[in-house]
Order: sequence, then C-alpha cells, then structure tokens
Amino acid sequence: MINPGHGRGPDSGTAGGGSNSDPFPANLRVLVVDDDPTCLMILERMLMTCLYRVTKCNRAEIALSLLRKNKNGFDIVISDVHMPDMDGFKLLEHVGLEMDLPVIMMSADDSKSVVLKGVTHGAVDYLIKPVRIEALKNIWQHVVRRKRNEWNVSEHSGGSIEDTGGDRDRQQQQREDADNNSSSVNEGNWRNSRKRKEEEVDDQGDDKEDTSSLKKPRVVWSVELHQQFVAAVNQLGVDKAVPKKILEMMNVPGLTRENVASHLQKYRIYLRRLGGVSQHQGNMNHSFMTGQDQSFGPLSSLNGFDLQDLAFAGQLPAQSLAQFQAAGLGRPTLTKPGMSVSPLVDQRTIFNFENPKIRFGDGHGPTMNNGNKQMNLLNGVPTGMEPKQFAGSHMRVQQQITGVRPGQNVQSSGMMLPVADQLPRGGPSMLPSLGQQPILSSSVSRRSDLTGAVAVRNSIPETNNRVLPTTHSVFNNFPSDLPRNRFPLASAPGISVPVSASYQEEVNSSDARGGSSAATVATAGFGNPSYDIFNDFPPHQQHNNNISNKLNDWDLRNMGLVFSSNQDAAAATAAFSSSSSTQRKRRETDATVVAEHGQNIQPPSRNLNHLNHVYMDGGSVRVKSERVAETVTCPPANTLFQEQYNQEDLMSAFLKQEGIPSVDNEFDFDGYSIDNIPV
Amino acid sequence: MQRQVALIKQSLFDQGYLDEQFMELEELQDDANPNFVEEVSALYFKDSARLINNIDQALERGSFDFNRLDSYMHQFKGSSTSIGASKVKAECTTFREYCRAGNAEGCLRTFQQLKKEHSMLRKKLEQYFQLARQAGPKETARRPK
Repeated sequence: MINPGHGRGPDSGTAGGGSNSDPFPANLRVLVVDDDPTCLMILERMLMTCLYRVTKCNRAEIALSLLRKNKNGFDIVISDVHMPDMDGFKLLEHVGLEMDLPVIMMSADDSKSVVLKGVTHGAVDYLIKPVRIEALKNIWQHVVRRKRNEWNVSEHSGGSIEDTGGDRDRQQQQREDADNNSSSVNEGNWRNSRKRKEEEVDDQGDDKEDTSSLKKPRVVWSVELHQQFVAAVNQLGVDKAVPKKILEMMNVPGLTRENVASHLQKYRIYLRRLGGVSQHQGNMNHSFMTGQDQSFGPLSSLNGFDLQDLAFAGQLPAQSLAQFQAAGLGRPTLTKPGMSVSPLVDQRTIFNFENPKIRFGDGHGPTMNNGNKQMNLLNGVPTGMEPKQFAGSHMRVQQQITGVRPGQNVQSSGMMLPVADQLPRGGPSMLPSLGQQPILSSSVSRRSDLTGAVAVRNSIPETNNRVLPTTHSVFNNFPSDLPRNRFPLASAPGISVPVSASYQEEVNSSDARGGSSAATVATAGFGNPSYDIFNDFPPHQQHNNNISNKLNDWDLRNMGLVFSSNQDAAAATAAFSSSSSTQRKRRETDATVVAEHGQNIQPPSRNLNHLNHVYMDGGSVRVKSERVAETVTCPPANTLFQEQYNQEDLMSAFLKQEGIPSVDNEFDFDGYSIDNIPV
Repeated sequence: MQRQVALIKQSLFDQGYLDEQFMELEELQDDANPNFVEEVSALYFKDSARLINNIDQALERGSFDFNRLDSYMHQFKGSSTSIGASKVKAECTTFREYCRAGNAEGCLRTFQQLKKEHSMLRKKLEQYFQLARQAGPKETARRPK
C-alpha cells in the first residue's frame, strides 16, 4: 500500500506546503464511507488529488464487508458519523476490533460531545465538514503511527533495534504535518502520541521505523498475550506498571516496549471506563471470582474497570469488560466478591476461549478454572459464549475473556475489542489459558493496536493465561455456581457489562444456571457503548441458566460477539446458550461444536451480527441455548469444556466461527477472519 | 464571455449563495476532471431534491417527527456545506433549530424558505455552468486568472 518508492511527492496539487519529498503517503489505500453522495464524490476527488487510492462506499455494511474481504486491502478508513444503516461509531468499533485499522470520523456536527465520542470510541481523528483537502493530506500520519506501534510490538526482540535518525525525522515530519492539519481535532493528541513514540523510539531505537517499511507485522494481542500482560500489570500494580517492567515480566520474544506501552495505555483507558461503568456489575463478577482468590478481589474491581476500559474502545462493552474483568481479576486481590465477575468478563471476552475451559474447569483443574485466578474468570465467562456467539463475538469474546480473567489485569480492556479477532485464537487458548497463554498473545497483539476500541481484546488473553494458574480458585467457585458464568459478563462492569452480564448469565447457566444470561447480557450489551449490558445482565440470567458453565465460556465469547452485534440480550443469551453448548465443541471448531452438541446453536455468528442471528433468529436461538444448556448440564459441560477448551482449540473454534456465514448482517462480521491474527 | 462568467460567479459569492467551499471544489478541478464542479453540483441537486421530497412528505403527514426531520436536515446540511451552498446551509440550520424547539410552524416556514433558496441556487448555478461551458470549458470553470 504505501509505496515508498513512488518517487513523487504525495500531493501533486500542493505547492509543496505540506508535501514532503517523501513519497510515502502516496498510494495510501483509503476507504471512504458516507451516505451523502455529494460528500463522497468530493472526498474521493480530494483524496485522489492527494495521490491516495480511494474506494468509495455509501453504506457502512458494504464497507465492512469490503474490509473483511480484503483484510489487508486498506490502510485507513474515513467514515461519516451519521449514516442511516449503521451508526458511524459502530462501524468504527467494528473496524477497530476486526481489522485494527485507523478510522477517521467526520461530520458536519462539530459539537464537542460528538467529537469526544469519536475519541472515546477510538477514532484516530475527527474531521469537521466541509472537509478541506489540507486535512486529508495528512491522514497518512495515522497509518504510520499505527504501523509503528505494530511494528514495535512485533519487532521487538529484546530491544535490539537500532536507533535510526530516520525515525526521528519522520516524527518531525509528522509533527509538522500535524500542524497543518487544521481541521483535525487530534492535533494535541497527535503531538502527545508522537512524543511518546519518540520516546519509545529513543528507547528502542527501532530501525524499522522508516516510512518505507511501514508494513510491519502487527502485534496481535492475543488472549494469552493479553493475559500475560494483565498479569504483569497486576503484579506491578496498575498504577505503577510501566511498559518496561511489564515487558520484562511478560518476557515475550518479539514484543517491544512500545507495543506494551500502547497496549498499556489502552488498557488503562479501559480500566477507567470500567470504573465509570456500573461497578455493581463488576460485583457480580466479583462474587463470582471471590471464590477464586482473594487476590481477585481487587481484580474484580479492576476487572470492572478493565472491562470498561476495554469497552472504552467503543462498543465492546460487554466483552471487553469481561475481559478486563478477567484481567482485573488477575489481580491478586480479588477480595471483592464481585471479582469473579470481572475476571470472568475479562477472561471471557478475550479468553473466552480459555475460560470456557476454565470454567468448566471446575473439573478441569487449576488451569481451567482459571488456573490462574484470572483464567477462571474467563473460563466462566467465555464458556457461556456459544460458538455462534463466539464467532461473531470473537472479538468481543476475546475481550471478554481478557476481561474475565480475574487476576489478570485486564488493563487491556481495550484489548477486549480486539478480542474478537483474537478470540479465535485466543478463545481456545483462553481456555487453556489456565495453562496456556496462547490466547493472550492474540489478544495482546491486538491490544497493541487498540488505538481503536478494539484493542482491548487481546490484552486480556494474556492475562488469562497467567491468571489461570492462580485463578483456579476462581473457577472453582464457578463450578458450583457459575460464578464463572457470571464472571465474564458481570465482571466487565463497564464494557463487558453487556457481555459479562450476559456472560455471567451464561456462565451461571453453565455452571449453575448457565451463564447464558450473562452471555445474553453480554451479547446484548456488547454493542452498547454504554455498557448497558451489565444492566441487562440480571434479566438475562434466566435465559441461560441452563447453560452449563461450558456455555458460559462460550457465552462469554458469544457475548462478546453478541455485544457487538446486538444489544439484544436475548440474542446474547441465545448466543450463549448455543455457545455454551457449542463451546465445548467450539473449541475445536465452531462448526463442529455446534454440530456436536447438537445444539446447533446456530453457527456462532462470528459476527456479532451473527450472534444476533444466532440468537436469533428470533429468539429461537435463545431457546436453543437453553435447551442446550439442559443437555449440556453443567457437569458434562464442564468436562467437555475442560477437554475441549484448549485455548488453541478455542481459538480455532473461533476462527472457524469466523468462517461461519453470518446469518445476520447486522454487523457482518463475516469478513472477520481470524486468519490474520497470528496465533 | 469569460469575463461575464467570472462576473456571474463573483455575484454568486457576493450574494452569499456560495462560499469558500465552492472555491475548494474548483481547486479540485483540473484537466483530468474538467467538469468536476458541475458534476458535483448536479449530484448535489439530485440528491437534495430527494431529501426535499422526503421532508415534504414528512411535513405533509403532519406528524412532525422532529427527530426524523432533524436527521433529514442534518444530511441536507452536510451536502449543502460540502458544496458551499451557504444560504441553503443557513436555512438548514434554522430549520434544525426549530426542530429542536419543537416549533412546527417555524419548521414549515423555514422549509419553504429553504426550498426557495435551493431552487434559486440551482437556477443560478445552472446558468453559470452553461455560460461557463460556452465560454470555454476549463477556464471559465476556474477562477478568473
């Protein structure tokens, strides 16, 4: 995409004011989404004048499917805020979660609240209409920035990267460019981030920062990675955690300090959001978790925050929250009763994969349960996620999982979002998170890019892994009563509320009742930017009570999925139910899971949309889930999950889910292929 | 002739029909896209006619769903802004204010005004483009050199 060798200035029309001799920005592949044909035409013309490669789109759904089909086909997305078929912010979330691309919002509306919404949802910039060409000239900075982050994470190998002056130059250029971007509201942010980047660069001396090699592999914050991250953060203390130390503790080859730093930032934001979100929900998680480990106490609170932070990404509320919750749970002090919830959430979302295992892990053993306390959280949570949900909610789930992790510092709440992506990977891994951190890694990597809302997801997975061992107790609690189930969803007070709520419900169901309720909550709430899911949680509980814990895990996952797609709690429950039952199978493959369980939980719509469909197609799903729950019966479910929930399996399951055609195109996550996520 | 075209254009600006955004659009026009501005205008009028229709129907229904009206108007305002139709944009803003205030009477009145401005602008632009085409495709479409 970016063709450094272009040999020409990026803007042919410019008198050279903003154009550098650096040909880099040219050929940037931009996707413009706006329902107004006039604007679309004008923007296209302007972007072409900037020598960008433009693709127009007048409907958000089409844009999403385009993005999904060509995962690496675009570098940046520009979207209008007010669109008839889908809210621009929703699209923003999806893109951030699934593709981790920078998204610029634009609108004729320049009211502060809307602009702020753009920021909180993770937009990299906000342009006021009428958009001037000068503003568009500099959008490449966002692409570069993101790539740098990704690059840092993936390239890091002990900080052996040499310092390059080119990097600095670029930074300076970008600074200047930012200045020119008068219609951007992110100038300040840009500078700050630039500064940070520069610092990071100074530390790391990333020699790959030059513009010509922007195409660096992204660091995917898988569930495991995120769990690791969260665990590290928890150990250090959220407030005291510094990227360097976290990096050391995580000890992940290829991970750079910058990756961690950006992920940490996202996580912190997530936590903050969680804090703002209903804490009570986190309590739900807490209770869940409490059994696990004292340490979860604080985690739960953290989770709540975490999840929220995760949710901050945007709509990931439920899932992310769950994840964060899970992550938060990872914290040693789970004293809070509600902790369980959060861990679950965290775990759930991101680690849904993991969690399911964990949850069911009651029988599993330490790992499953949360082998790490944190894990449990997720275990419970994700289990609720039905495969279907999972698919759709991959992202979410992941987040949830991460959130769920009780002990995990789900700081990566932001990770939650990415969870979806990660889920596939992280999912399965999440479960095993008890022992494995594969999911985390996926989530973790996602985290790095959490710039968008999504990043959340991955962070959690990591924590989950770690958490698992410690969080066994967490799960332990679950078995009896689904704390797990509740866990993920509930835990994510903020974000995962929806997720956790449902998840928990689901979890509960799986455990006791089937966290389907939680799951549903999660699902329902997922899409809610406002963490309503948690609120929804209670009502949903009924849904999936039957769902075994296993479901919970799935639920979490599904929840995550659900969340994003629909705030339909019912769907969530449905998703969870199906997920729970299918979770087991899910781990292996989404499709198979579903089939095996016979629940048919409708193929976990990977997309959240699917979840909706899954659910529902009307509610039928819900029924299924419940039915499934019954069939699943906790004990067997648990066992099933235990076996099946390998994180990897989960991940694959999720991934597979991705492959499942979305019934509902609300979110159209079809395109969301986990393939891209390096597991 | 070109001068005539230029004069017409200038008057449009002076009278407030068009604003700087229109100039921006002209900047985008070049040899490769000689009729860009005209194309955009045509697109704008086509789309805005549709919007006006929707709003008309909504108003005739008498139900006064202010939210919906506001949302229509938001779209309308967006396109009008992008093309630089400042008078139309001003009417849109007024309309939205009335919507927010729940003032149906005000909405109706403003909408009539808006339609007037809209068709006036359309006429003038059509006239302008026609003349510009006659005077010579590229030059007239640009600012007088």
